[in-house]
Amino acid sequence: MQKTQNIFVRRAIFAAAATFLGTVFALPLVWFVFAPFNARAELGLAIPSPFTLSNFATVFQNTFAMQALLNSLIQAAGGVVLVGGAATLAAYALSRSPIPGKGAVTYILLLFSSVVSGSAAMVPIFLIISAAGLIDTHLAVILVFAGGLLPTAMFILRDFIDAIPRSYEESAMVAGASPLQAFFDVALPVIRPGIVVVVVWAFVNIWGSFLIPFILLRSDKLMPASVAIYSFYSEAGTPIVTLLAAYSLIYSLPVIALYLFVNWKFGFRFFGGIKS
Amino acid sequence: MASVEFQNISKTFGAFVAVPDISFQIADGEFICLLGPSGCGKTTSLRMIAGLETPSSGRVMIGGRDVTYLHPKDRGISMVFQDYALYPHMNIADNIAYPLKVRGEAETKRHARAKDVADVLKIGDLLKRLPSQISGGQQQRTSLARALVYPSEVYLFDEPLSNLDAKLRLEARGFLNHLQRDMGMTAVYVTHDQAEAMALATRIAVMDKGRIVQFAPPIEIYRRPATTFVANFVGNPPMNLVPVEASVGDGALHLRADGLQVAPIELTDAVAKAARSGKMTLGVRPEHLRIAGATDHNILSGELFANENMGPESLVTLERGDNGRVTARIFTDDEIKVGTSVHLAFDARHVTLFDDTGARIPAADER
Repeated sequence: MQKTQNIFVRRAIFAAAATFLGTVFALPLVWFVFAPFNARAELGLAIPSPFTLSNFATVFQNTFAMQALLNSLIQAAGGVVLVGGAATLAAYALSRSPIPGKGAVTYILLLFSSVVSGSAAMVPIFLIISAAGLIDTHLAVILVFAGGLLPTAMFILRDFIDAIPRSYEESAMVAGASPLQAFFDVALPVIRPGIVVVVVWAFVNIWGSFLIPFILLRSDKLMPASVAIYSFYSEAGTPIVTLLAAYSLIYSLPVIALYLFVNWKFGFRFFGGIKS
Repeated sequence: MASVEFQNISKTFGAFVAVPDISFQIADGEFICLLGPSGCGKTTSLRMIAGLETPSSGRVMIGGRDVTYLHPKDRGISMVFQDYALYPHMNIADNIAYPLKVRGEAETKRHARAKDVADVLKIGDLLKRLPSQISGGQQQRTSLARALVYPSEVYLFDEPLSNLDAKLRLEARGFLNHLQRDMGMTAVYVTHDQAEAMALATRIAVMDKGRIVQFAPPIEIYRRPATTFVANFVGNPPMNLVPVEASVGDGALHLRADGLQVAPIELTDAVAKAARSGKMTLGVRPEHLRIAGATDHNILSGELFANENMGPESLVTLERGDNGRVTARIFTDDEIKVGTSVHLAFDARHVTLFDDTGARIPAADER
């Protein structure tokens, strides 16, 4: 009896603590869902009455902010294609070919990318891009992101490919496929779940990044949404909460949509065909 | 179909020598088993035939053609992998038809051919499924079908049955045997299961530490194992090996060991030469041992260690004075009554002698 009571008390405490933690994290999200539909939204949580789309109507009239969403999409898509394609080929080579010292190469790349890229490297990056004459272009942003994300993407993918038995490609080659055919027919579909993970990760990284486009771009018509969000601040520097909330919701939708799409289409899963 | 030849092949991985130096010839239509414990170089040898490994030195010939540095796709081979390596994103039909696809066959044609092969292997009704949706035995047959769907010079098998449960393995083994009789294919089959090798091979290459210890037909391997290693590897249970002290007297060989009683053995030149070291190994197969009667002269005795009734036979194991064990396979329909001390008899003609290096001493009737 004493024992069951003990368990009950412990469970009650655990449930209470979990509820508290959950609430702390859920409240901002609840605000984030309600505030865009509230014409008088403040930083406090309030259920909109009446529900209105007037905030969105105002945001849609801001052509700079709308163009920025498109710019974000261009930069993210460009970066993702570059990172996804290059990381897949590089990781496959690093995993499968007998290059001496390939382990060291991977680790050094990873180390450099995490130490060198980011805000510490902003000045050299700016100088390089400037010297290349790419300042104020989408390409500059895409290249810098690709360079920064590629080592980590390669590292993730190489681990993923290492875990896939070579006998997939070997059986294809014995059956008459060239190395290229074996890669595209057999290896690529099998490592696709890993590529999807890298693509989603890269997309989210670029989509949410502020500093790099802010430094490398000059003209308004190229700025991404993460920068354009500041157009919803008043001249005095205070945020216009209603518009900011509406724009933030629109800004986060592509990421949510991407997750849902990937989960529906690929399901973040792996299917077997190897008997172990 | 074609012959296969290894000419002084060696293979090293860094400092590790997988295969020091082997040469052998496989004639057209032979079914060869490479048999040995794990790490003996049998899979490495097979992969060198397939072109998945390149020899460090030596030449590989298929059908008289030097293929040592040829890509696997250009060797005219088929291979069944231990893990089956079915492509998880393709259905069974596409898996089987893949070799035809890379050969540029039209889709309708290659699917018709895949269907034919699948029907023979009794997986014709699974063609639309994915590999993850069929059983292990069906996956195994799919990988076999993929190897059979196109004509090949040589068929390679890398422990294809080792992932099946015991019953399915017997069934698949019987089917492979039938297939070999039907097609007369040239095949190289890697296994560590001596029963598989005995059942399937026209010749067995027993390998140990990267070398071929004996390369002979199964019955030869069974009757005249070249070394104690082969004797200990082949047979179920394997041959009993009793270390003995050998001495020559009265023109005959006398053997002594704990619990061993054996009539003097005829002294041939080979026996006399081997007896000089004073040490030999006496080998008797479990199926050649019986419960001793009053008239028997060749007897192994000791304490009963285990008595396992398997249905048609019993495995009776005794432990001799020096802790060496001897197992007898005794066929009987009745349960055997054995006391705590057991006496097992054998005939002189069933004795195999090995010298102090472990090599078999030729018997008196082979010269």
